[in-house]
Amino acid sequence: MRRVSSTFSRITLQAAPRVARFLFIIFIIGLALAALGGCGLRRGRPDVGGAHQSITLAGSTSVQPFAELLADEFMKSHPGIIVNVQGGGSSAGARAALTGVAQIGMLSRELEGEEKSLHRIVIARDAIAIVVHPSNPIDDLSVAQIRAIFAGEITNWSQVGGPHREIHVVSREEGSGTRGSFDEMIMGSAEVTPGAVVQDSNGAVRETVAGDPSAIGYLSLGLVDKRVKGVRISGVAPTVANVERGAYGIVRPFLFATRGRPGEAAQEFIDFALSRAGQRLLAAEGLVPVARD
Amino acid sequence: MEGDPMRYPMRYREAVIEKTLVIVALSAIAVLGLIILFIFKEGSPIMARIGVIRFIAGAKWAPSRGVFGILPMIWGSIWVTLGALIIGVPLGLACAIFLAEMAPARASAILKPAVELLAGIPSVVYGFIGLVVLVPFIRRWFGGPGFSVLAAAIVLGIMILPTIISISFDAFKAVPVAYRDGMLALGATRWQAIRMVILPAARPGIVAAVILGMGRAVGETMAVIMVAGNATKIPSSILAPVRTLTSNIALEMGYAAGEHREALFATGIVLFVVIALLNLTARLFATGGRVAR
Amino acid sequence: MNLVKEEEARKIDRYIENAKKVNQHVINARVTAAFAGATALTVGLLIFIIVYILSRGFHMVTPAFLLETPRQMGRAGGIYPAIVGTILVTGIAVVIAAPVGVATAIYLTEYTRESWLPRIVRFGTENLAGIPSIIFGLFGFLFFVIYLDLGWSILSGALTLSAMILPTIVRTSEEAIKAVPNAYREISYALGSTRWQTVTGVILPTALPGIVTGVVLAIGRSIGETAAVIFTAGASLRLPESLLDPVRTLPVHFYILAREGISMDNAYGTAAVLIVLILIINIAAYSIMNRFVAKSR
Repeated sequence: MRRVSSTFSRITLQAAPRVARFLFIIFIIGLALAALGGCGLRRGRPDVGGAHQSITLAGSTSVQPFAELLADEFMKSHPGIIVNVQGGGSSAGARAALTGVAQIGMLSRELEGEEKSLHRIVIARDAIAIVVHPSNPIDDLSVAQIRAIFAGEITNWSQVGGPHREIHVVSREEGSGTRGSFDEMIMGSAEVTPGAVVQDSNGAVRETVAGDPSAIGYLSLGLVDKRVKGVRISGVAPTVANVERGAYGIVRPFLFATRGRPGEAAQEFIDFALSRAGQRLLAAEGLVPVARD
Repeated sequence: MEGDPMRYPMRYREAVIEKTLVIVALSAIAVLGLIILFIFKEGSPIMARIGVIRFIAGAKWAPSRGVFGILPMIWGSIWVTLGALIIGVPLGLACAIFLAEMAPARASAILKPAVELLAGIPSVVYGFIGLVVLVPFIRRWFGGPGFSVLAAAIVLGIMILPTIISISFDAFKAVPVAYRDGMLALGATRWQAIRMVILPAARPGIVAAVILGMGRAVGETMAVIMVAGNATKIPSSILAPVRTLTSNIALEMGYAAGEHREALFATGIVLFVVIALLNLTARLFATGGRVAR
Repeated sequence: MNLVKEEEARKIDRYIENAKKVNQHVINARVTAAFAGATALTVGLLIFIIVYILSRGFHMVTPAFLLETPRQMGRAGGIYPAIVGTILVTGIAVVIAAPVGVATAIYLTEYTRESWLPRIVRFGTENLAGIPSIIFGLFGFLFFVIYLDLGWSILSGALTLSAMILPTIVRTSEEAIKAVPNAYREISYALGSTRWQTVTGVILPTALPGIVTGVVLAIGRSIGETAAVIFTAGASLRLPESLLDPVRTLPVHFYILAREGISMDNAYGTAAVLIVLILIINIAAYSIMNRFVAKSR
């Protein structure tokens, strides 16, 4: 390979004027870069000097913001380790962990099927809040009402005691952990109406509901803010305290999943997430801590 | 030019260069082949299992229940694209005619690059403007959730303008000047000349412009996700949320595993075939005009 | 009786004819006004988009914003890694696609007559040009990320983009090469040059501005691309350390910030940077082309 290219370059550099040489040099740089990327800098390598180790987390977009936060803190105290956090969704996270693309998969639902072969670590629990626009007078719904609204059987706010306004149902896409948990815990055998607006992240659901006085949606309790109103479910408000008491039941685990025993760096990160500091960080963001010591 | 061109090594060198060029030139077709190979390999098993007809004509999309029908997305793509054409074609053609036939040359020289700059604006920016300007506007004044066929159609209608304008502009410019001058000499007004002679002469190019604009509309993803609402139901009105083939893929891709993922690649196959047919038609129409490429 | 009628009919005809003539000018004026209005609307939309983004985002663009890493998922801090990611992904994509594209164009214009081989090449580039970016994204994900095991990385994103912009570069280079007057070639051959010497000594230098314009436009297209990149380059906010690290490009960062309502200020700031980049690139492309056109005249 090298010999061919050098012969080629000698010929070209002799005969060809400026332009061709320019193009040729660009081409060679391209090849060199590609080669460099291909062999020189393997991902997840322990670096030559042992200066840096990197771990990759991938998966649920519900867990992602919290993992980013943990990663920021973690890297402050562990300057030798770099933590990459990717989205992709729970299923993609599990697959990434299974195939080794990521050292840690993040899930916002329980492991299913072949994913069960992964090592499962609950880093926190998260409630799913049902949210409406702050101007909506409705602030309490029963599970049956919520189910009927999302199934498209109740289509007007007046049917649940609100103003005469059409209900705009906002849901998550199929495959998302939040959607999976919502389907399981609220919908049961019923189906979310296909007429629902579908957004692909907690944030997008929040923005949609915040902008539409007729909307109803559901999202991670940790991401509920002033722009939306979490409704009480049969009198129980969606708060961390109520989740800890066991009064608010729409709760799912946030998981880290690893294939077999995690590597040293990954283990350190997991330990950090479960440490008092890590858990306090998560609790401050509205999650329900697991390891209380 | 050093050396004698008939010298043996020189001829040898020329032959090597020519062969290299052939190999490099084949990379485009190689990429095309790889795309077809990989997407069909990933998506065709599920199509075969479900049956192509049931996959395409199935009105229900519920991957978590193992139901894969993409009819709502096909209709979604059709409605949104039609809407985009209704908005984009008249506006685009009017622009092209004005710039090519009516405007003073100096004005055209400034306006045409400006219009073409529209093509350079990233699709997420279009989607974002649609999200913050158009969606609330539609919700406020027309009702519904705002995320709708109408919003997507307007955003796409604007996005296809540069395609339609620049291709039909070329088609108008390709009409021999004598045609127009002849008409004007006969006492026709400019508009008469355009309507009676230039438009008919440029028809193949105009059709190609429309079809290529259609291809752009069908293929656009991010902007549509942001404004269309992504409901998996065949839209009942232009104010209803809608999901297109492209947004189906992009929304759920990250989250999908197993059959669900295969079904998304199968959606990709359908999209690919639609686009290939559109391109083929565009070329058939365009072979009459100068804009064959 | 009959005669009178005929006379009358002719009179009416003439009347209509006259009316038509008068109306034609009115119609012409109205149509021209309407079409000018359409053009104004289109250009107005462009200006609206640019002003909308810049007026809300430009004050965000400070050196700190450009050179700091984002914190809290982009809620605070800057966009430095996204800028680095965008430059790397786009740069490598162009470095790969430009030589391949120009070589293809040279082959198509200078080395072949119509036969099955160039027809296949042309078929390939034309069809590649029409494929939506999401399909490139799917392909890049399957082929580069998974099959070649490059993971979500700068390299995967760049390779995917290079496939996407290849047809643009081929087409513009072909056009630029075709615009080189035939006399140039004839003179070069008459002087005893070989084909390759003609290409490198005469044709490429003459066509270079046109080629560069195409490449610059391709850069513009890559910088703004989202769908093809989000599945191949990933969305990590870390500063990449190698070409196999994932990155988040500017449009992807903007998309995530804006859509998830993480920080509207930072979203507008990112969009402003993106818009300014695109403006610079397009203006550069046009000025290169204009100089080219002026020179060839």
